[in-house]
Amino acid sequence: MQRRLATSVLLAPAGLWFAVMLVLPLCFVLVFSLGERGAAGGYVPAFTFEQYANLPARGQAFLNTLILAPVGTLLALLIAYPLAYHLAQGVGPKWRTMLLILVIVPFWTSILIRSYAWIFLLGGQGVPALIEWMGFGAVRLINTRFAVLTGIVYGYLPLMVLPIYVSLERLDRRLLEASADLGAPPLRSFLQVALPLSLPGVATGCMLVFILLMGEFLIPAMLGGGKVFFIGNALVDLFLQSRNWAFGAAVAVTLVAIMLGTVTFYLMLMRRLGGARGNVDLI
Amino acid sequence: MKDKIDHISRRKFMEELRRYQKGSVTRRHFLGVTGLGTAAAVLGAAMPGLLPRRAFAQGSIGDRVVLATWPNYHDLANFDAFTAETGAAVQVNVFGSNEEMLAKLQAGGSGWDVFVPTNYAISTYVDQDLIEPLDLSLLPNYDAASFDPRFADPGTVGGKLYAVPKNWGTTGFAVNTSRSGGTTPATWKEFWDLTQTTFSGRTMVHDYQLTTIGNALKYFGFSFNSVDPAELAKAEELLLAAKPHLFAINSDYQPSMRSGDAWMTICWTGDGKQLNRDMPEIAYVLGREGGELWSDFYAVPKSAPHRAAAYALIDFLLRPEVNAREALFHGYPVPDARLSAILPAEVLADPILYPAADLLNALEFGAAVTLTDPNRAELMARFKSA
Repeated sequence: MQRRLATSVLLAPAGLWFAVMLVLPLCFVLVFSLGERGAAGGYVPAFTFEQYANLPARGQAFLNTLILAPVGTLLALLIAYPLAYHLAQGVGPKWRTMLLILVIVPFWTSILIRSYAWIFLLGGQGVPALIEWMGFGAVRLINTRFAVLTGIVYGYLPLMVLPIYVSLERLDRRLLEASADLGAPPLRSFLQVALPLSLPGVATGCMLVFILLMGEFLIPAMLGGGKVFFIGNALVDLFLQSRNWAFGAAVAVTLVAIMLGTVTFYLMLMRRLGGARGNVDLI
Repeated sequence: MKDKIDHISRRKFMEELRRYQKGSVTRRHFLGVTGLGTAAAVLGAAMPGLLPRRAFAQGSIGDRVVLATWPNYHDLANFDAFTAETGAAVQVNVFGSNEEMLAKLQAGGSGWDVFVPTNYAISTYVDQDLIEPLDLSLLPNYDAASFDPRFADPGTVGGKLYAVPKNWGTTGFAVNTSRSGGTTPATWKEFWDLTQTTFSGRTMVHDYQLTTIGNALKYFGFSFNSVDPAELAKAEELLLAAKPHLFAINSDYQPSMRSGDAWMTICWTGDGKQLNRDMPEIAYVLGREGGELWSDFYAVPKSAPHRAAAYALIDFLLRPEVNAREALFHGYPVPDARLSAILPAEVLADPILYPAADLLNALEFGAAVTLTDPNRAELMARFKSA
C-alpha cells in the first residue's frame, strides 16, 4: 500500500505534465478541428466535419511528406548503420569515445544555424562553384528536393546512429566467434547473427527519425526555398498566415493519427522482434 | 566626379557616426558587431540593472515596454536613449507578416505594448476589438497636420484614431541589371515573362500571399486587391506556370540577391534601397501597371500590460529628431513634413524612396479583405505545395 502511494507521488509530476501539456492541448485541437474559420480568421465554435472533408486540399503536402520522410529515414539508415557498426565493433575504446562525441557534437548547435551553413555550402558559391570549376558544368543544389533530403539526413543522422550503436554494442562477440567457428563466412555471420540482433535498434532509430521528419518544417523552408512543402509547413501557414485554425487543427489531428499508427506498428514489430524476451525496449 | 566623392564622403560620415555610436559603449559595441539587436533588448529586459539610468522619471512608466515590429526596422541607439531617459527597457519581438501578428493577438496573451500594423490590417484589429483608440493627450509629439493624409488616413477607423503613421513604402521588384543585358525591365509583365525565360531559376517571390498573388494579378492588369474568383484563377495559372522557374518562395531575399544566386525578386522599398546602395547594378523597379503602396503604423493593443510606457515610447519615436534617425536607419520614407528640415537632401530626392508621381499614382493600398480572404490563402497553399 505504502509502495503504491510512493509510486503515485513519484509519478505525479510527470503525469501532471503530460495531462496539462499534452492531453489538454490535444483535446483543444480536436475540438477546434470540428469548428469553422471566422471571417477574419481564427476559430468559430461549430460541430461540422467540413474541415476533414477539405483535407484533400492539403493532399499534395501530405504526399510530399509521406514520400520524403520514408526516403530520408532510409537514407539515414543506410549511412548510419555502417558507422554504428564500426563504432561498436571496429574501434578501440579510446577512439570510440572520441567518435561518439563527434557524432553528438552537432546537437550542441541549433539546427537553424547548421541549416544556414548548408545554405552557403549548397548555394551558388559553394559546392556548385567547385563542381563547375572542376569542369562538370553548372548544377543547382540549393532549393531543391536534393537539398532538403541532404539537410534532413544530416540533421537526424545522430538519432539513427545512437540506437543502432547501443544495440550493436551490447552484441555478444562470442556469438560472432561461434558463428565463425561453425564455418560461416563473415558476411553470413553478419546477416544471420549481428543484423537480426541489432534490429530493435534499427527499428527505434527509424521510428525516431520518421516521426520527427513527419513534423519537420524548418529544413524544407530553409533548404527548399519554400518550394518543397511539407505538412509541417502547411500547418505553420494555416495557423500563422491564413489563420484557418479549424482546418489547421483538422490537419494536425490527421498528422497525429498517422503518427499513432506508426507507433502502434512499431510496438507490434518490437514485440515480434523481442520474441521470447517478451519485453519491449525503447533503446 | 565631384558628386561621387561627395557621395562617398557623406556615406563614410554616416558610417563613422554609427561606428562612434556603437563604439561609445562596450556593451552596445558588442551587440552592434554581432548584430544581436534583439539580444540587446532581451538582455535589457531580463537584467534592467545593466542599463544606464538617470534619476528623473524613474519608475513612473515601469521598467519595460514590449514592442512587436518588423526586422531591421528601428535604430537600436534610439531605444537605448529611450531607456536612459525613462528607465523603461525596450523589449523587441520581430515578426514576418501581418497575419502572424494578428494570429498572436487573436490567440491572446501576447504581452505587447506597442506593435506595428500595416494599413490594411488596422480595420481588422478594430473589428476584432483588439486595439484601443489612441489617447492623443499622451502623444504631444503627434502633430496630425504635419502628416501626409494619404499615409495617415488608414489609422482612423469610424472617425476614431487608432494608429499613428511610422513610415510608408512600396512593393516593387529588384533586378540585377547586369543579368538582363543592360536593360531594366519596367513592368510586372516583364517580371513574370523574364522569370519563365532568361531568368529561369533566378527569381524569388515573397512567401506572402498579399504581394505574390497581388503582383501576379498585375500581370493581367487586374487589381492588386482582387478577390474575384475568375481573376484569381488567372493569377493561379500564372503562378503555377512560373513555379518551376522560381529560385525560391521566401521573403528573406537580400542574402540570395547579394550572393548572386537570385537575379530578381519582389522587393520592398527599404530592401531595394539597401541592395541598390551596396550593389548599384541592382535596380529597384515599380511595375508600370501598378502594385502596392503601404503605410505602417504604431498602435496599442487593448491588452497592453505597460500602457503608460507604450504611449511614452510612441511619443518618443514621433519626436522629429528621433524619427529622422529611425528613417536614416531603416531607409523608408516617413510621411512627417517636420522631417524634411532634418533629413539630408539626397535622401529626400531619392527616387527609390520617393518615386515619380505617375508611378506612385498607379499603386494601390492593400485592402483589409485582401489580407483575410480565405480563397487567396488557399491559392497560396496550392502554389507552394504544387
